[in-house]
Amino acid sequence: MVQVNLNKPQLKETTDSNQNVNMNNIVYDTKQLNLWYGNHHALKNIDLAIKENEVTAIIGPSGCGKSTYIKTLNRMVELVPSVKTSGQIIYRDRNIFDSDYNVEELRTRVGMVFQKPNPFPKSIFDNIAYGPRIHGIKNKKTLDEIVEKSLRGAAIWDEVKDRLHENAYGLSGGQQQRICIARALAIEPDVILMDEPTSALDPISTLKVEELVQELKENYSIIIVTHNMQQAARISDKTAFFLNGEVIEFDQTDTIFSTPSDKRTEDYISGRFG
Amino acid sequence: MRHIDHKNVVKRMGSRMILNKTFKAIFFMATLFALLSLAILFYRIVSQGIGFISIDFFTNFGSRIPENAGIVAALVGSLWMMAVIAPVSLILGVGSAIYLEEYAKKNKLNDFIRMNIANLAGVPSVVFGLLGLTIFVRALALGNSILAAGFTMSLLILPVIIVASQEAIRAVPKELREASYGMGATKWQTISKVVLPSAIPGILTGGILALSRAIGETAPLVVIGIPVIIQFLPDNLLSQFTALPMQIFDWAKRPQEAFQSVAAAGIIVLMMFLLIMNSIAVVIRNKFQKRY
Ligand SMILES: Nc1ncnc2c1ncn2[C@@H]1O[C@H](COP(=O)(O)OP(=O)(O)OP(=O)(O)O)[C@@H](O)[C@H]1O
Ligand SMILES: [Mg+2]
Repeated sequence: MVQVNLNKPQLKETTDSNQNVNMNNIVYDTKQLNLWYGNHHALKNIDLAIKENEVTAIIGPSGCGKSTYIKTLNRMVELVPSVKTSGQIIYRDRNIFDSDYNVEELRTRVGMVFQKPNPFPKSIFDNIAYGPRIHGIKNKKTLDEIVEKSLRGAAIWDEVKDRLHENAYGLSGGQQQRICIARALAIEPDVILMDEPTSALDPISTLKVEELVQELKENYSIIIVTHNMQQAARISDKTAFFLNGEVIEFDQTDTIFSTPSDKRTEDYISGRFG
Repeated sequence: MRHIDHKNVVKRMGSRMILNKTFKAIFFMATLFALLSLAILFYRIVSQGIGFISIDFFTNFGSRIPENAGIVAALVGSLWMMAVIAPVSLILGVGSAIYLEEYAKKNKLNDFIRMNIANLAGVPSVVFGLLGLTIFVRALALGNSILAAGFTMSLLILPVIIVASQEAIRAVPKELREASYGMGATKWQTISKVVLPSAIPGILTGGILALSRAIGETAPLVVIGIPVIIQFLPDNLLSQFTALPMQIFDWAKRPQEAFQSVAAAGIIVLMMFLLIMNSIAVVIRNKFQKRY
């Protein structure tokens, strides 16, 4: 915070450029988002501005709408036929709900890692190459490069480099999850959404994924749902607390965990409910 | 206050055990009965027909003299018919299943269609024969050809293939589809690269079992007027032909005692045919499942 304040005078040269910088800093600007599953009002008037090259954690009790929210960010939630939405999500200057917005394009820019590792029943190589291939890359050499780069990026290259053509189902749960992260990196996304990526993993694999998230934020913006309060505190820059489909509080992670402004946030993080 | 009186539990234990054993015995008897009937049937057919199985039996055409009667026309005819049924029913069946599972919206009309396809699987085969007679033999003027019979049989087994394929497609984990969509794949890419490869063992197993049903069906062939006495091999899809069950049916209804044994020999050939197809289904299932 202090640093930002110090920097501000420099940016203040012209009001215009200042605004531009602010605009470009925001990857995802959610405005008055509402979402219904049939009659069930799952997200209520969500306003959230998510900055780039940061890790934003989403916490909250079970059923409060965390998964629903991040699945809305790449419009995966629409795979449920009864879903209705209102409001706006501005991703890099465009509302993703615009009728001419192409969801396939959005999902190429926004990768997703799921709660349960879900590699395809294919070889490790084919798993990573899946995304590039569906986007038209056929050249073997390019694919080789992408696969290596993605596996290195997900810190699993050394473990699998000699068995790229073996089935990914033969890997441990923690390795599978890093394969899934590598698979998401292979489409060279801008944002990575992670829905409880470590909830099915042992502590050591969890640690590896957490370290990975720290490295990835240099180049990507990361939004991560977690049930693990320590994890949110360890790895995130900002934290949003959801409750019953509403955002109760959204602030610097340090602030949320030391001096939350809402009583309900305090109760939740101190384990009094949830 | 306790709800379970343990003295009572012990007292009733004896009768519970007896009931347990009784049911086990009943289920065992049911299985035994089925196996026994099958074994008797098998024994009767094989002991009666095996004497007529020879190379000549596979190369001769039908004949008035039991010793000269052969099955070549029916065997080749059934193979031709299979060549029509397999592609037609698999393409239409898998296509419909993909549409119903992946594209059709979940509404009342589509639920109604889904339910009725399942019901169609139970319609007697003779009804499909009448349908084939009206549409393929008469309206499309295909006559009693391989094509007409193949189309009719395809219709007959289509519901079974659709239902089996739907189930195989539905069994593909949701997580795999999500992974694919999540990377920006279109629906068709997801279907062709993720859903179908995972569903193929189930689809093929169901498909081959349905095809073996088509091989053994007689009623539709009788209705569309497939002849029995054919002294030539078909050379194109519009040729006249005869099929294994027709040939067996004809032999079985002849008065001479010896033809009963020829019929039994025909049944042995038909059973071998089915056995081979079912083994193929098992092999395919095992081969594909090993990869996952
Ligand atoms: N497919 C669906 N159809 C109907 N209601 C749904 C569906 N998915 C989620 N919901 C409802 O929406 C609400 C939010 O669900 P969501 O999965 O977003 O919760 P969550 O915060 O991710 O919970 P958890 O921490 O348990 O994963 C819940 O009340 C849930 O019952
Ligand atoms: Mg969730």
